[in-house]
Amino acid sequence: MKTKGKVTGIIANLVIVEVDGPVSQNEICFVSLGEVKLMAEVIKITGSRAFIQVFESTRGLKTGNVVEFEGHMLEVSLGPGILSSIYDGLQNNLKTMDGVFLKRGEYTSPLNPDTEWNFKPLAKAGDTVKAGSYLGEVPENNLSHKIMLPFKFRGNYTVKSVADEGSYTVNHVIAVVVDEHGGEHDVTMVQKWAVKLPITCYKNKPRPFRIMETGVRIFDTFNPMAEGGTGFIPGPFGSGKTVLQHALAKQAEADVIIMAACGERANEVVEIFVEFPELNDPRTGRKLMERTIIVCNTSNMPVAAREASVYTAMTLGEYYRAMGLKTLLLADSTSRWAQALREMSNRLEELPGADAFPMDLSAVISNFYSRAGYVELENDKSGSVTFIGTVSPAGGNLKEPVTESTKKVARCFYALSQARADSKRYPAVDPVDSYSKYLEYPEIQEYLNETVEDRWHEKVAESKNIILRGKEAAEQINILGDDGVPLEYHDRFWKSELIDFIILQQDAFDKTDSSTPMERQKYMLNLVLEICRRSPEFENFEECASYYTDLINIMKQLNYSEYGSEKFMNYEKQILDKTGIKNNN
Amino acid sequence: MEKKAFQKVYTQLQAITKATIAVKAQGIGNDELAIVGGRLAQVVRIIGDMVTLQVFSGTEGIATNTEVIFLGEPPTLNVSDDLVGRFFDAYGKPFFGEKREIRGEKREIGGPSVNPYRRKQPSDYIHTGIAGIDLNNALVTGQKIPFFANPDQPYNQVMAMVALRAKVDKIILGGMGLSNDDFLYFKKMFENAGVLDRIICFVNTTEQPPVERLLIPDMALAAAEYFAVDKNENVLVLLTDMTQYADALSIVSNRMDQIPSKDSMPGSLYSDLAKIYEKAVQLPEGGSITIIAVTTLNEGDITHAVPDNTGYITEGQLFLRKDSDTGKVIVDPFRSLSRLKQLVIGKQTREDHPQVMNAAVRLYADAANAKTKLENGFELSDYDKRCLDFAKDYAEKLLAVDVNIDSTEMLDKTWDLFSKYFKKEEVRIKDEFTSKYWK
Repeated sequence: MKTKGKVTGIIANLVIVEVDGPVSQNEICFVSLGEVKLMAEVIKITGSRAFIQVFESTRGLKTGNVVEFEGHMLEVSLGPGILSSIYDGLQNNLKTMDGVFLKRGEYTSPLNPDTEWNFKPLAKAGDTVKAGSYLGEVPENNLSHKIMLPFKFRGNYTVKSVADEGSYTVNHVIAVVVDEHGGEHDVTMVQKWAVKLPITCYKNKPRPFRIMETGVRIFDTFNPMAEGGTGFIPGPFGSGKTVLQHALAKQAEADVIIMAACGERANEVVEIFVEFPELNDPRTGRKLMERTIIVCNTSNMPVAAREASVYTAMTLGEYYRAMGLKTLLLADSTSRWAQALREMSNRLEELPGADAFPMDLSAVISNFYSRAGYVELENDKSGSVTFIGTVSPAGGNLKEPVTESTKKVARCFYALSQARADSKRYPAVDPVDSYSKYLEYPEIQEYLNETVEDRWHEKVAESKNIILRGKEAAEQINILGDDGVPLEYHDRFWKSELIDFIILQQDAFDKTDSSTPMERQKYMLNLVLEICRRSPEFENFEECASYYTDLINIMKQLNYSEYGSEKFMNYEKQILDKTGIKNNN
Repeated sequence: MEKKAFQKVYTQLQAITKATIAVKAQGIGNDELAIVGGRLAQVVRIIGDMVTLQVFSGTEGIATNTEVIFLGEPPTLNVSDDLVGRFFDAYGKPFFGEKREIRGEKREIGGPSVNPYRRKQPSDYIHTGIAGIDLNNALVTGQKIPFFANPDQPYNQVMAMVALRAKVDKIILGGMGLSNDDFLYFKKMFENAGVLDRIICFVNTTEQPPVERLLIPDMALAAAEYFAVDKNENVLVLLTDMTQYADALSIVSNRMDQIPSKDSMPGSLYSDLAKIYEKAVQLPEGGSITIIAVTTLNEGDITHAVPDNTGYITEGQLFLRKDSDTGKVIVDPFRSLSRLKQLVIGKQTREDHPQVMNAAVRLYADAANAKTKLENGFELSDYDKRCLDFAKDYAEKLLAVDVNIDSTEMLDKTWDLFSKYFKKEEVRIKDEFTSKYWK
C-alpha cells in the first residue's frame, strides 16, 4: 500500500501535505493536478505533515489535491543508451518530449526500451559475483558498456545463467543470479540508483597520480588537473567561464564527458547541441557528441530540479567509472545549485546562515566534491570521475559562502580575473592567484618526470616566478615611470608579458591555437624559458619593448601555425635568428 | 474582468498589509487571480483555508469587509493582430481611455519554457548601424542583452534608436516605472517613424502603483510568444527598466516576511529574472524573440544584486559612456560584451571582423594606459602619443552612437585608422588579413 496524502498548503513550489501513513525524507511523490501528476520530493516532516518541493510550477494547485508517495528516493536509470543523451535534471529525455514548450507533468523514459543492443556475456554460470561485477558488455558508441550486477545487491551471488551473445533490449533479462539464501534474482541491462547516494563499488580510492590533459595551456602546463581530481573556476560574469568549460569538454582526455548545465543560459546548451555532433574527438576521430552526456536544467526550468541535476550528473559519472572509464564532470554553475537550496531553505523558514544560504551549505558542497575520485575496482581495473565546477560569485567577490566552501574542498583553483577579461587576455585565469595542489604531489611530479620531461615541475615553477617578478616590475614602472626604474625592470616585465601572451593566452576560437597537445606545450615552454634566461643588451626601454613586442608577434603567429608545418618552421627560424638561440631539434 | 455568476465571493478579510491581504477561502488554486474591492490581486500563498493575495495596486483603503471575488484562473492576455499599434497598461487594458478591449484567443501569461532541445542556435546578425554595437558587440536574433546605465544616461533614446533600425517584424515595449515624459517620448518616436503597424506597448508609468509592474514583462512576452511562435515572426522586446521591476519584487517579498538576501532583494531574484530573460529564443520554425533591456545602476555599481544577477543571465551587457575627448556618448568598448557575437562576426560580416575588432579594442586600451601615464605626469613615448590620437579618431568616427554606417564600412574605417597611426606589427593581425586589407 502506497502512502497517500492531501495538500493543505502551497507557498510557490513548497507544498505541505497531510499524510495517512509512513513517509521518508527525500521520498519521491506525485501531486495530482487535474489530468497531470507533478513530481515532488519530501524535504521535511513534522508529525503527519510532509513538506515537499515540487519539481514543476504549482500554478492552479489547490488544497485537498491528492498526493501519492512512491516509497523510494529520486532515482536514475542506468543502462546502455545514456551516452549522447540530453536529459533534464530528473533524467527525462528532452529529445523525445513533444512540442516546443515543456509541459508540466510530462516525464519521458531516459532509455529507449526498443533499442536492441549486441550483448556479449562476460560471466558464466557458477561464477561468484557481487555488486558492480561485469556480467556482460554491449557496444555503446565506441565504448564497451559493461552490464553489471546492480549496485543495490548486497553480499555475494552465484550466477545461475547468462544470456547468450545476441541482440536484446534493455529490459530483457540477461542473467539470473542466486543469493546466499537461495533466492533467485533476474538482472536486466537497466538498474536504478538513488542520486543522493554515492556508488561505492570499488576496492579503494588512492590519491590521484596522473594528469588529465585538456589542451588548455594554463591548465596543463601551469596548473594541471589530475585524473580523478577536483577543481573549480570562480569568476564574475563576462570573464569567460563558459568558453573555458566548453574548451575542456571538447578537448579533455576523457572517455565520457558529462556536462551539467545547472541554472545557466539555455543558448549555451544549444551551442553544445549544435557543435558537438559536428566536431571530431581528436583522440578517437569520432563525433564529440558520442562521448558526451548533457544534463540540463537551465535557469528558466524549475528551480527544485536544479538541485537534483548535479546529483543526477554525478551518479551517471560514477556509473561509467564503475566500468573502468575516465569520466569528466563539468558543472556550470554550482552557485545556481546553492541558490536553489537557499530558495527552499527560505520557504521552510529555516534560520539562515551567511548571505541567507542554509547553514549546512559547506557540508553539502564538500560531500558532493568528495564523490569525485580515481578508484581501483574489484576487478583490478581503474576508473575515475574528475570534477570541475564553476562558481558565479555575487558581484565577483570571492569572499562569499559558495566560493569559500568550495575552496576548502577543491584541489585546483582557477580564478578568473575581471582585469584580465577586460584587457581581453583569455582564458582570463589569473596566473598568480590560481593553483593546482596536484603539482605538489610527489606522485604527480614523478608522473610528469616520466611523461613530459625530467624535472618538469621545476620549469613550471621557474616560469611562475617570472610572471610574479614581472608583475612586481610592472607595479614599480607604474609608480616610478618608464625612466624612473632600471632598464632591467623593463626586461623583467616584458619577459612576463612574453609568457603571458605565448603560453597563458590562448585563442579558443582558432582551429590550431585552441588545443595544444602536451608535446607542443613542452616545446613552447622550453622555447619561452630559453628566451627568458637570456638578457640581451638594450640601449633604452623603448628598444627593450620593441624587441619583445616583435618577438611576441612572431610567436603568436607560431601558435596559430600547425605544429611542424612549413609555416611553423619559418616562424621558428625567425625566432631563433632574432634571439640567437641554436636549434636543438 | 467582470463579475460573473457562480464566482466565489468572500467578505471577511483576516489580515491586511501594505501589499497583501488574507482571506479564509476554499478550493482556491495557486497563482489564481481575484478582485479585491475592484482591484486585481493574485494568490501567493495558501495555508489550510487561509489564502494570501498580493494586491497589485496596493491595499490603501481596503477594509476588513471588502468583497473578494476569485476568478478561477491565472493572469491572461488576449492575443491576436488586434494588439498591434496599441498601448496597454499592466493588466492589458488600453491606455488613453480607449474602450475597445483586445479581441483574440485568451492565453496564460508567464507560461512554460521552451524545451532547450527544441531551441535553435541564435543565428541572424542584427544591424543597428552603431559601431559600438555592430563592430564590437554584434547582436544576434534570439539574444537577450541589457544596457547597464546610470539614470542620467540616454539609454531609452539609444534603445529606441536600436529598435527602429533593426529589421524586425514586431517591436514590443515593456515599460516599468517609465516616467510619463519617457513614455510620451517612445510614443512620439514610434509615431514619427511611422512604425505603429509593428509596435505594441505595455506600460506602467511612475504614476501607477509599483507592484503592477510585476505583470509587465509577462504581458509583453506573452504577446511576443504569440507573434514568434504562432506567426513565425522576428520579435524584439524592449524592457525598461528592469531595476524598477526588481524593486517591486523586493517590496512584495518584504511584505510576505521573506528573509532578504543580498541588497534586500529576495533570494529568488536570479530565478525571477531568468524566467523573463530566458524567453528570448530562436525557434525551430524561424520565429525569434530578442530582448533588449535596461538595468539602471547606482553610480555605475555593477556589484549590486540586480545588475550582478542580470549579468549572469543575459548574453552580455552594453555600457554607455560619455567620451571626454570628443564629448560624445559612446558604447564603452571595454566593459560592453555581446556573448553571441562569435556566431555572426566574420561569418555574416567580413572575414577580418573578429581580428580587426580585437586589435582596435586593444589599441584603445593602450591609449587608456597612455592617458593614465599622462595624468600621472610621465612622459609619453611616441607609441603612446599615436595611441591617444588613434583613440580620439576611433571614438569620433566609430564608437559615437550617432554614427550610422554598415559593418563593412566600419571595418574599412578601422583599417584606415590602423594604417594612419600604426605599423603592421603593432596592430598584430594575422598576416593573411594584413596583406589583403592594410591601406
